[in-house]
Amino acid sequence: MSGRSTALAVEGLTKSFGGLLVTASVDLAVEEGERRLIIGPNGAGKTTLFNLVTGELRPDGGTVTLFGRDITRVPGRQRAHLGISRTYQIITLFPRETLLRNVTLSLLGRSPLRWSPLARLERQTALLGRAREALARVGLEHLAERPLSQTSYGERRRVEIAMALAQDPRILLLDEPFAGLSIEERRDVLHLVARIPRDVTIVMIEHDMDVALDFAERITVLHFGHVVVEGTRSEVVAHPRTREIYLGE
Amino acid sequence: MRRLALAAALLILAALPLWASGTFYINIGSQILLYAVLALGINILVGYAGLVSLGHAGLLGIAAYTAARLLNGGHGHLVAVALALALTLAAAALFATLALRGSGSGIGFVMITLAIGQIVWGVAYRWISITNGDNGISIGARPSPLGLSLASPAHFYWATLVVFLAALGSMAILVASPFGASLRGTRDQPRRMAALGYHVWMIRFLAFLLSGLWSGVAGLLFLYYNQFVSPQAVALTASAEALLMVISGGSGTLLGPVVGAALVVVMKNVASAYIERWNFALGAIFVAIVVFMPEGLVPGATRLWRRAILQGTPRAAVAASGERPAR
Repeated sequence: MSGRSTALAVEGLTKSFGGLLVTASVDLAVEEGERRLIIGPNGAGKTTLFNLVTGELRPDGGTVTLFGRDITRVPGRQRAHLGISRTYQIITLFPRETLLRNVTLSLLGRSPLRWSPLARLERQTALLGRAREALARVGLEHLAERPLSQTSYGERRRVEIAMALAQDPRILLLDEPFAGLSIEERRDVLHLVARIPRDVTIVMIEHDMDVALDFAERITVLHFGHVVVEGTRSEVVAHPRTREIYLGE
Repeated sequence: MRRLALAAALLILAALPLWASGTFYINIGSQILLYAVLALGINILVGYAGLVSLGHAGLLGIAAYTAARLLNGGHGHLVAVALALALTLAAAALFATLALRGSGSGIGFVMITLAIGQIVWGVAYRWISITNGDNGISIGARPSPLGLSLASPAHFYWATLVVFLAALGSMAILVASPFGASLRGTRDQPRRMAALGYHVWMIRFLAFLLSGLWSGVAGLLFLYYNQFVSPQAVALTASAEALLMVISGGSGTLLGPVVGAALVVVMKNVASAYIERWNFALGAIFVAIVVFMPEGLVPGATRLWRRAILQGTPRAAVAASGERPAR
């Protein structure tokens, strides 16, 4: 593992909402190409950690470093251009638009074309082709023209992932990608995530430990904003604190 | 089919001075078109950016007052128009900077645009040395672009039609462009758009400028049409009326603001001749629109039309064609 460089490093990251300490001096180092799982009970500060990494929230203290570059003060919108993509736990897509348009918006986010008031979006065949490819990657190209509001929850989860992958991220943050899915749908999404090439580093939040266990190389357990346990899959599973906090034993 | 309808509509509009009886109706046509330009401008913000402005009459007024002062100061029409639009753009930039502070949307945006509109009204009403106060400013004559005098109602109507078509055309291009898609994205999911790499503030700022520019153009048409501008033009009621045009016709649609402008102008001018309490009638119409077609006249009528067609088709035929009924 030591041969790989660090993709994402978080040092002393702290955030509180009023008197509630949500992220308590969190240290985290994810190596390039790693598959990291972050688990913890509700309210452990998992999503807040993601929001701090993507710049949607400003930390009270600490630093976020992406591929050796300190991005703590970089606005969120620029972090997308530096290679961070994320999915959301609560799906935040564009319900009035088609699946194709949803993914196209994601692609446009990283293209200078997004500023053009004169070009015709319908005629951007290269861009639309890439959007269809991204939909094909998650097995939804046959629904490209369908409005998002007419798709199932499981399909929307996959659109989320298609949008994140379309941005060609170097690091992908998945926030509970299995939440609310049936067993078959979970398996589909897990296959999908497993197929993502190794040049993409993946950090996944999951509430339900059993689903994502096979996916993870290293696991971080968060509890009340603190990193409680960190290690390989077997280390974490065997750790008494994990059982105590997470499994409620 | 669509093109045919478009060509027919264009022909009817262009020929209006020939079939409308008398200058009264030609002038109504000019008013509809000039307010449609204003409503189209406001629609960029209200419909596509999801930002409700109650201060756009202020921008219209800044253009009208600036041009009026310059014309009376002995400057030519070209200079007056260019400087008026430049000043309107500068004002729009300032307004946008103030209104887009903080979260940049929702009730804060409405309140700040309202306050700014009231400040412009206050200046128009009270800063008498510049605006001549309640008496307003009259200008000498309409311009003669390319040697064509716009003095007659018909000529002015055609000139207004050309400007209106330019506004409508530019709007159609904007809506179909990547920037238009980005703008609608910031309306529906601003947070998501930022995470996807979009500069949400800048997108809204540019939309405000464009909206301000067309409001300025409408202001110039307003000045040349009336050959007069007074504080009434920049009052809150004027901003509210323009907003109602957009919402009643259908915000976020191309033709909605145009239909809304026609509705308000016709009610104000034509219906007021027959119905004494036309304000009441207009209010009743707005209530009816909100109750039966909350999305506005254009999308609402389209919806009812589709439903009527579907009901006219026998169910067996729909099933046989393999299409899903009703979206």
